[in-house]
Amino acid sequence: MRFMLLFSRQGKLRLQKWYTATAERDKKKMVRELMQVVLARKPKMCSFLEWRDLKIVYKRYASLYFCCAVEEHDNELITLEVIHRFVELLDKYFGSVCELDIIFNFEKAYFILDEFLMGGEIQDTSKKSVLKAIEQADLLQEEDESPRSVLEEMGLA
Amino acid sequence: MALKIVKGSIDRMFDKNLQDLVRGIRNHKEDEAKYISTCIDEIKQELKQDNIAVKANAVCKLTYLQMLGYDVSWAAFNIVEVMSSSKFTYKRIGYLAASQCFHEGTDVIMLTTNQIRKDLSSPNQYDTGVALTGLSCFVTPDLARDLANDIMTLMSHTKPYIRKKAVLIMYKVFLKYPESLRPAFPRLKEKLEDPDPGVQSAAVNVICELARRNPKNYLSLAPLFFKLMTSSTNNWVLIKIIKLFGALTPLEPRLGKKLIEPLTNLIHSTSAMSLLYECVNTVIAVLISLSSGMPNHSASIQLCVQKLRILIEDSDQNLKYLGLLAMSKILKTHPKSVQSHKDLILQCLDDKDESIRLRALDLLYGMVSKKNLMEIVKKLMLHVDKAEGTTYRDELLTKIIDICSQSNFQYITNFEWYISILVELTRLEGTRHGHLIASQMLDVAIRVKAIRGFAVAQMATLLDNAHLLTGNTQRNGICEVLYAAAWICGEFSEHLEDPMQTLEAMLRPKVATLPGHIQAVYVQNAAKLFATVLRKHDGETESQAAQETSQLLIDRLPLFVQSANLEVQERASCILQLVKYIQKLQQKNVEVAEEVTALFAGELNPVAPKAQKKVPIPEGLDLDAWINEPPSGSESEDEKPKAVFAKEEPKHSRSRHTEVDEKELARRREVRKQEQASNPFYIKASPSSQKVYDAPGVEHIPVVQIDLSVPLKVPGMPMSDQYLKLEEERRQKEKAERKKKEKKKKREKRGKERKADSGPESEEDITPAHQVDIVTEEMPENALPSDDDDKDPNDPHKALDIDLDKYVPHCRHLQFIHVLHIVMCRNEFFSKTEIYDFKVVVSVIFENKSDSFLKAMEFNVLDSLNSKLQRPEGAGAHDSLTVPFQLPPGVSNEARFVFSVQSIVMPQKLKGTLTFIVKSDESSTHEKLDFKLHFTCTSYLITTPCYSDAYAKLLESGDLKGSSLRLEGINMPFHHLLARICFHHHFSVVERIDSCASMYSRSIQGHHVCLLVKTTVSIDAKCDEPSLLGNVLDEIKQTFSKC
Repeated sequence: MRFMLLFSRQGKLRLQKWYTATAERDKKKMVRELMQVVLARKPKMCSFLEWRDLKIVYKRYASLYFCCAVEEHDNELITLEVIHRFVELLDKYFGSVCELDIIFNFEKAYFILDEFLMGGEIQDTSKKSVLKAIEQADLLQEEDESPRSVLEEMGLA
Repeated sequence: MALKIVKGSIDRMFDKNLQDLVRGIRNHKEDEAKYISTCIDEIKQELKQDNIAVKANAVCKLTYLQMLGYDVSWAAFNIVEVMSSSKFTYKRIGYLAASQCFHEGTDVIMLTTNQIRKDLSSPNQYDTGVALTGLSCFVTPDLARDLANDIMTLMSHTKPYIRKKAVLIMYKVFLKYPESLRPAFPRLKEKLEDPDPGVQSAAVNVICELARRNPKNYLSLAPLFFKLMTSSTNNWVLIKIIKLFGALTPLEPRLGKKLIEPLTNLIHSTSAMSLLYECVNTVIAVLISLSSGMPNHSASIQLCVQKLRILIEDSDQNLKYLGLLAMSKILKTHPKSVQSHKDLILQCLDDKDESIRLRALDLLYGMVSKKNLMEIVKKLMLHVDKAEGTTYRDELLTKIIDICSQSNFQYITNFEWYISILVELTRLEGTRHGHLIASQMLDVAIRVKAIRGFAVAQMATLLDNAHLLTGNTQRNGICEVLYAAAWICGEFSEHLEDPMQTLEAMLRPKVATLPGHIQAVYVQNAAKLFATVLRKHDGETESQAAQETSQLLIDRLPLFVQSANLEVQERASCILQLVKYIQKLQQKNVEVAEEVTALFAGELNPVAPKAQKKVPIPEGLDLDAWINEPPSGSESEDEKPKAVFAKEEPKHSRSRHTEVDEKELARRREVRKQEQASNPFYIKASPSSQKVYDAPGVEHIPVVQIDLSVPLKVPGMPMSDQYLKLEEERRQKEKAERKKKEKKKKREKRGKERKADSGPESEEDITPAHQVDIVTEEMPENALPSDDDDKDPNDPHKALDIDLDKYVPHCRHLQFIHVLHIVMCRNEFFSKTEIYDFKVVVSVIFENKSDSFLKAMEFNVLDSLNSKLQRPEGAGAHDSLTVPFQLPPGVSNEARFVFSVQSIVMPQKLKGTLTFIVKSDESSTHEKLDFKLHFTCTSYLITTPCYSDAYAKLLESGDLKGSSLRLEGINMPFHHLLARICFHHHFSVVERIDSCASMYSRSIQGHHVCLLVKTTVSIDAKCDEPSLLGNVLDEIKQTFSKC
C-alpha cells in the first residue's frame, strides 16, 4: 500500500498516512486531485479506480471516505477488507465511532492504524491482538500520567 | 528551579490542548488562516519552554496542523526532543509527529540514530514498537545501514509483538540498504515457520514483496511455501502466498503444474471473494506461463471463466468490475473462451457505472475478430449516440478506433466500411479526438492503396461540407479531420472526380477561420490540386478551364497571404507568385502542366517511428564531436542581422528559362534516385519492400467482386450499416460458392474424404472484401533487433535483485551462474543418501543468451579426491548428468547438483564441461562450454548470530588458534568495511565498540570463526581450524583487493 487517506464528504482531510516517502508538495497535489476524483463518483459506482499508475480503493462510511492507494498487482478486495477492518477497529476502540471521534482524537486513530498496518503491510490479521496492543500501550500512557498529581507537578509536594 | 517548574505548570494549565485547537479551528471557519497563524505563534512559544509536557502538547498540535496542510518542518528539532523523552506518552507523540513529517531530506534525522537504537533495545516492548513503527515511515539509507543489525537482532526477540514488527520493517530496510538483504535472509526465512501466526504472516508478506520484484532469487523457497499454502487457513496469508506463486511460475513451469490442483480446489471451496479472485488471477497467470499440453488446461480456464461470469452477473458493482478486469487477462491467451460471453459484456456497456463500462470496452477490444468486428462497432456506434457526457463518449470514440486499428488493421475486411465509420465519427460535436480520427484517415489512405479512390471521394465530401464541422472552431477539436481531408485530397488528387470543385471548396473564405496549421495544409494542397487540374486539361489548346483555375487561385490566395500565421502566409505568398507566373505562361500558350506536376512528384511512404533509432552508429563516428569549432559569441551576433537582410533581397530565380529548369530537374531527380537507392532510410518503390497483406489461404479462394457503389448518404440509415448488410450478404454468397466448390470436389473424390462444413464460420473463412495491401512501416535493413526501452533504471527494487548466490563465466550461448547451497545432512531432499561426508548442493543457473534453442545439455565435472559429483546409482565415475530441461532463447533455469565434500577447510576448484545442442531454424550444432566451479571456504560459512557473552566464553576457552591479517590501501568508512565482510563472507557483527568490532561466523561443520576488526584495518582472527581460517582470511583479502 502506498498511502491511506481519510476525508469527509466536504473534502476535509481527516487522516493521511504515507508509506513511501513523498515530498510535501506532491502529497498536497495528490490529495487534492484524488479527493476531487473520488468525491465526484456517484454512490452506485464500484469502489475501484485506476489513477496514475496506482489503483485506488475507497469506501464510504457515513460522511467519511476511506481511501487507499495500492499497486497494480495488489488485490483490490483484500484492500477493501483492510479498510473495513480498520473501521471495525476504530469502532471497537471508540465505541461506534463517528467523524468527531477521529477529529478530536486523531492521534489515537493514528496509533490504531500503526498497530494494524506497518510500512503498508498488514501487521496483524487478528482484531483482538491489535486492540490488546493498543490498550496496553494506553495503559502505559496512563501509568505515566496518573501518579503525578497536579501538586506534584507543580513541585509543591 | 522550583519556581520555574511551577511557572511552567501554571502556564500549561492555560495552554490550549489538542481538543481546544480543533474546537477553535471549527469555531473560526471564516478566518481559519488567521486563527491558525496565531495558534502557530503560541506553539512556537510553547516549544521554547523547558517543560517536556508542554513541548509534547505543542508537537501534538503541530501534527494536526501538518495534516491540514501547514508546513511544520521548522519544528523538526523539537520533534526529535519529544521523541527522546523517557516517558512513553511523549515518546509516542514524538514518533508519530516524526513519522508524519520526516522524509529523506530532513536534516535532523541524523541526530536520531542513537535515540532510535536506544529505543529499539528498550526493555519496554511498546517503546521498541513505537520506534519501529516510526522508523518504518522515515527510514533513510543511512538509518537503514546503521540500524540494520539492531533490527535483525529484534527479529529473534522473545516477544512476538516485536518480532512481527521487526520482520515487516526489514522490507523497508532492504529497499534503502540492499546489502542487508543477504545477511538477513536466512533469519527471515526462519520466520516463515515462526510459532506465532502474526510473525509468520509478516514474514510471508515481506518475502512475497521481495519475490514479486525479483522472483528468481526465491525459487528455492517454493517447497516451503507450498507446504504453507496447503496447511494455512488464514486467508490473508493465503492470498499473499498465492500471489507469490504467481510470480514464481513463469520461471519454473513445473511449479505451475503442481499448483493448478490446489488452486482449483480453493476456487471450488472458498467462500471468501478476495481469495477466490486471487486464485482465479493466479490460475490465469499460471496458465499463461505454461505452454499448452496441460491435460486439464481448458477445464481450469473454463472454471475461471465460469466463476468470473458469476462475479460479473453479481449485483455488487465491485465484483462486476473485478470480474471484467480478470476476464481481460484471460482474453489475452484464450480469446475463444471469453468470446462466448460476448452478450454479457455488451450488457455491461449499459451499466450505470462508468468505470464498469470502460472495463467492458477494454474487453471488447480484445474480443473482436474478422467476423464480429462490424457488429461490435455498430453496437458501439449506437452507444456513441446515446452517451451522455463527453468523457465517456470520447472514450468510446478512441476505443472504436483502437479496436479497428489494432494489430495493423488485422480485423478489418472492408476498408470502405472503416472510412465510413471515421466519417460518421466526425459528426460528434465537441470531441477532443479530432486529431485521432485525422491520423487514422491519413494512415488508412496512405497504407491501403486500394482504398484511396474511395477515401478521396469521402474526403472531398467532407471538405465540401466543412461548414458542418466547424460550427465553433475555437474549442472544436473535430476540425482537425479537415487537416487530413485536405491532405488526402491533395496528395491523391488523381483519384478526384472533380478536382476543380474540391479546389473551390478549399479556398472558401470561411477556411480562414480554421486554425493556422490546417490552413497551411489547405494552401499547400490547393497547389497540388491546381497541378492536377492543369494536368487534366493538358493538351487542350486554349484551355479555358485551366486559365479559370489559375484565376481562382489568384483571386482567393491573397486572403491567406494576409494570414497572421507565418506558415500560412509564407506558403500562400509563395504559391500565389508561382500561380501568377504560370498564368503568364498560360496566356502565351506555353504548356506548363508537366512542370507544375513535377513540383509534387514522388510518393510518400510511411516509415516506422523507431527506424532512426534502430540504425547502429557507424564505427568511428562521434556524434558529440564538433564538426567545426564553435564560433565565438561576438561573431555570430554580427552575422545574424545580415542574414535577415540578405533574405529580403528579391530573388529572380523564377525568371530563369523553364527549359533549363526542366533539364536541371531531371538531372537532380536522377541523382536523388541514386541517393535514395543507397539510403537505408528511404523506402524504395520495389515491390519486395511492400508486404502484401492477405489472410491465410486467400490465394485458393476466388475473391468475389461485388459492386460496392454505395451512395454516399442514404436517408434514414447511417452509411456504415449498409456495409454491414453488404458484408453479410457477401459472406453468405462466398460461403455458398465455397460449398458449391467443395461439393464439386467431393464429387470428384467421393468417399475418400468427408469434411463437414456445418460448423460455424471460422476466422480463416472470411476473406477481405477486396485485395488490400497494407504498406508496412519500413525499418532500415541493418536495424538492431533488441528493444531495451522499457527497463526503468530508477526502479528502487532493482537494487534488490541480488542473486542470493554467486556469479561465474559466460560464453556466447549460455550464461552460467553457479551457486553454492550448503545443505546440512538433515535436509529432506537428501535424507536417503548415506552420510559419510558433507553434501553440498550446487545450484547452477543456466541462462540462454543466444537466439537459438538449447537442448540436450549435459553437465560433467572432473572429480577431485576431496569433492565428487554425485551420480545416480549405476552410472560410471565419469558419466555426465543430463540437465532436466531445455532452454528457449532468453530463458534461464536452475538445476541442482549434489557434490560430496570430505574436507571443507580448503577451497576447491573443479573443472567441468557442459555440452549442449544449439538448435536454430536451419541447423543444429553441438557445442561445449568449459567452466570451473569454485568452492570457496567462505561458502561453507553460515551467518550465525552470536551474543557477546557466548562470544567471550568462546574466546576464553582457549580452543581457538589465532592468525591475523592487515589490509592495505583500504579507503572506506568502517561500517562499510564491516557490511562488506558480513555481506561477502557471511559474518555477523557481535559487538562494535568505537574503533573495533567483533564478528562471528560458523562453518557447516561447526567450526567457530571469530574476527576482531579494527579501524586501522587489521583483522585478528581466531578459529578452531587454522587452515580454514587461513583460507577465509585469504578470501577476505581478495575481496578487498578488488575494490
